[in-house]
Amino acid sequence: MSARTAWSGIVRSPLGITALALMLLVTLGAIFAPIIWGAQAEQVNPAAITQGPSAEHLLGTDTLGRDVLARVLVATRLSVVLAVIAVIIGVVAGTLLGTAPSVLPRWLGRPIVGFVNIAVAFPGLLLALFFAVIFGVGSTGAVLAIGFAMAPQFARLTQTLSAAIAGRDFISAAQVAGVSRVRILIRHILPNIGEPLIVNATVAAGSALLAFAGLSFLGLGVQVPEYDWGRLLGEGLNRIYLNPAAALGPAVAVVIAGLAFNLLGETAAAALGGRSARRRHRLPAIALSAASTPGASTPGATQPAQVDGEEVVLLVDDLRVSFLTPSGWVTPVRGVSFTVSRGEAIGVVGESGSGKSLTALAAARLIERPGHVAAARLDFCGTPLMTTSDRAVRSLLGTSLAMVFQDPMTSFNPTRRIGSQLAEASSEHQDITRKQAMDRAIERLQSVRVPAAARRARQYPHEFSGGMRQRAMIAMGLMNHPRLIIADEPTTALDVTVQRQVLQLLAGVRRDTDAAILLISHDIAVVAQTCDRVLVMYAGRIVEDLPAVTLHTEARHPYTRALLEVVPELDADRTEPLKMIPGRPPAPGAFPVGCAFAARCPLATELCRERDPELVADAEGHRVACWHPVSGDAPVPVTIATTADETAADETAADETAAEEEETVLR
Amino acid sequence: MASTTATQAILIRSARSDNPWVSFLVRRGGQFLLSVWVLVTAAFLMIHLVPGDPVRAALGLNAPAELVEARRAALGLDQPLIVQYFRYIGGLFTGDMGTSMITSQPVSEIIATRLPATLQLALLAVVLVLLVSVPLGVTMAVATRGGRRRGLELAFATGSVILAAIPEFLLAVGLVYVFAVSLGWFPVAGNTAPLSLVLPVVALAVGPIAVFSRIIRVEVLSVLGQDFIRTARAKRLAPHRIYSRHALPNAMTATLTLTGLLLTGMVAGTVLVENVFAWPGLGTMIVQSILTKDYSVVQGIVLVYGVGVLIVNLVIDVILALLDPRSTIREA
Repeated sequence: MSARTAWSGIVRSPLGITALALMLLVTLGAIFAPIIWGAQAEQVNPAAITQGPSAEHLLGTDTLGRDVLARVLVATRLSVVLAVIAVIIGVVAGTLLGTAPSVLPRWLGRPIVGFVNIAVAFPGLLLALFFAVIFGVGSTGAVLAIGFAMAPQFARLTQTLSAAIAGRDFISAAQVAGVSRVRILIRHILPNIGEPLIVNATVAAGSALLAFAGLSFLGLGVQVPEYDWGRLLGEGLNRIYLNPAAALGPAVAVVIAGLAFNLLGETAAAALGGRSARRRHRLPAIALSAASTPGASTPGATQPAQVDGEEVVLLVDDLRVSFLTPSGWVTPVRGVSFTVSRGEAIGVVGESGSGKSLTALAAARLIERPGHVAAARLDFCGTPLMTTSDRAVRSLLGTSLAMVFQDPMTSFNPTRRIGSQLAEASSEHQDITRKQAMDRAIERLQSVRVPAAARRARQYPHEFSGGMRQRAMIAMGLMNHPRLIIADEPTTALDVTVQRQVLQLLAGVRRDTDAAILLISHDIAVVAQTCDRVLVMYAGRIVEDLPAVTLHTEARHPYTRALLEVVPELDADRTEPLKMIPGRPPAPGAFPVGCAFAARCPLATELCRERDPELVADAEGHRVACWHPVSGDAPVPVTIATTADETAADETAADETAAEEEETVLR
Repeated sequence: MASTTATQAILIRSARSDNPWVSFLVRRGGQFLLSVWVLVTAAFLMIHLVPGDPVRAALGLNAPAELVEARRAALGLDQPLIVQYFRYIGGLFTGDMGTSMITSQPVSEIIATRLPATLQLALLAVVLVLLVSVPLGVTMAVATRGGRRRGLELAFATGSVILAAIPEFLLAVGLVYVFAVSLGWFPVAGNTAPLSLVLPVVALAVGPIAVFSRIIRVEVLSVLGQDFIRTARAKRLAPHRIYSRHALPNAMTATLTLTGLLLTGMVAGTVLVENVFAWPGLGTMIVQSILTKDYSVVQGIVLVYGVGVLIVNLVIDVILALLDPRSTIREA
């Protein structure tokens, strides 16, 4: 983050170029205008007093017949120079005030910090007026007044910046080495805060310019016979009826110069903050159309759910979710198909980034821009969600589809009471009174075994424990009559003991209401216990779909086997390292050509790396996407024993080689 | 001795009481009183920091020596500094802010006649800013969320940057030219008719509206990205309910903090704008007094502005604490 990067950042952005051009204009004006137009600006002409704009005098003349335009141009120098001096005074005084507490003894340092804190609360102009009284009316007084009025801000800035630096390791190292505080300040802290300080000073120069114009305009700044823009503005305003241009001219000049400093500082700050690195990408038409074209060569879509009719709550066929990222479109969910029948509990498992949560959100129609959802079919209770408008399905989804999110802490609105957040789920979609909705909220809280429900309903989310919050979230889903509850990692943020209770609660709800459940989890053990069927997802695809009861015996995909194998067991030998699947799943932007699991799979062959296997169903409806599915009782060759430390040390590049080595060892 | 220690212990215990509200109010109130004391002391010292004799400066070089002496005595400036200091503070408790060095009129009277006009401008401007910028900011956030309507976002950003860059007194000059001089819709200066309020209030409000609506847009955008908004969407609430009931209340903290800054910023704004419009408020008075070297009037007005700022900051902090007790009170 060197100064060079900052400045090259400025030069590259259009805003930065504008800023530099304006700055150049102001600088040239300050240097050359007095030389070129100096005499003309002073030339008194009794024959042309207080004239309006004419070809000879573009902005007219003042009360002594002097050319206003020439005076505005000449005033550039004084206006800019005074502002710059004021800023220098402000920066120097501010830096001294800001750094003194770190060098001075505590009894002296603390009052200074306190004083700065108090002074910073007052508007700059008030301080400037105060100092203007003390230093007297006139250029010198105004420069000092504006300079000292800026000092508290810079003191605060210096304090904040040096506090950030003071926590760094090299300062601690210097302290340990016995370097004196003054030396640490001068050698280590000041050089490191210089850059942001200069950027802020640039912006401050713009404000100083405006402040100076203000003071001069009030008659407290520059005095006759000298003149700056503020003075000219004040004179012009007195004659605004006769010659408005004489007031507007200096006003425009002040704004231009102020903008030049402000923009320059802002762009420098943006470049320093790295904001310029964020570039916008245009939407690639091809990528979008490819992603949104249903059935365009999609191996995962070969098994569109055939089951249809009244019993099917959710039908998903070839679902794709894409996002526009700085590096282009990525599609983390690519062709997912499944159905959920009435009262069925389906578990979706997979590692982070496998696309399971996005699948759930897309099925619930909760993906917002910049995300893009495409599907051959997406039907909820027989209503096609892809082709029906938001408004038309709002009531259906609001009453029949319930969501339970991962983190109950952030999923409730912190500023509203739990009861009213539950109640609105009903009152929004049903014609009931507020009282009825609240009664129902309390009743539902009772049904999920929240103790003292009536009192609890009046509390805020932060007054609930994690488990209670998740119960309330489930109760919120039950406010209407859900036919499907999508629970996205509902237990991940909870304690292990509470996890079990929440899962039992969900199972109970399903039993009592006949609602289907789509349970998303990265924990295959949880899913196996709770669900009828398990969908295993990897890299945005379903790789296996099988009944939960046969999970441990019939799983055919090497990835499913690996997931089952790495679940730690209570009677496992604790001296053995924890088992884990080597390598990492591919990132959504970098899915390989063939099977996405091939790089981590001990059974992978050339075929796997070249062609993606399709999800094929057997006679029992057990679907698997693998070229080399493992047969029922064959030994599981996929688990690799390794320690967490080793893998953590692995870099992405090393993963594959490591996997290959392990592979050979096992064979 | 023993009793003092006991009292101290009680004081310390009450300050460290289990109730976070008590310690918050003690801490914040203490900070307020300390700030007021610093302000009063600075205002008092102001007269004495002026180089030369302030009374002589105020009355002019040609004023007879007896008059200067008499005025000095009347103002108590012949007393030792420390005596003057305590008299000054004692006077403030009874509402005595001294008398004008030039007209001998009580400063509190001058302020009482001038303050309402300034308050009127400032409060109307603040109301206007909030009425325009909050809906505008929320609308812009909703309209441009998730990269929607890039063109609108760019136009809004550019427009607000430009408007925010124009200082209020320059804008005031522009407004006078267009709407008072050229079109003649509004009075050029003074406070003669209700219409006189329009231009000064607009001049004060435009810049803050530009800044505020930008900040509120960013705030609302960040709230819209939070999990509980997804929950609200999962409940399929109507969009306007999501924005008004779930997003806006969570952007309130930022809005209130901004309102505080806006109110304190009005000190600077009104001083300049009042002078453009020759508005009979504190702003024109303080400038006039500085120019005529009527230091006791300047002192009084500085005090009023300063205490106003401190009260606004205190009130905003307390409201913030009431709204979100978790964050504010825990801050030590």
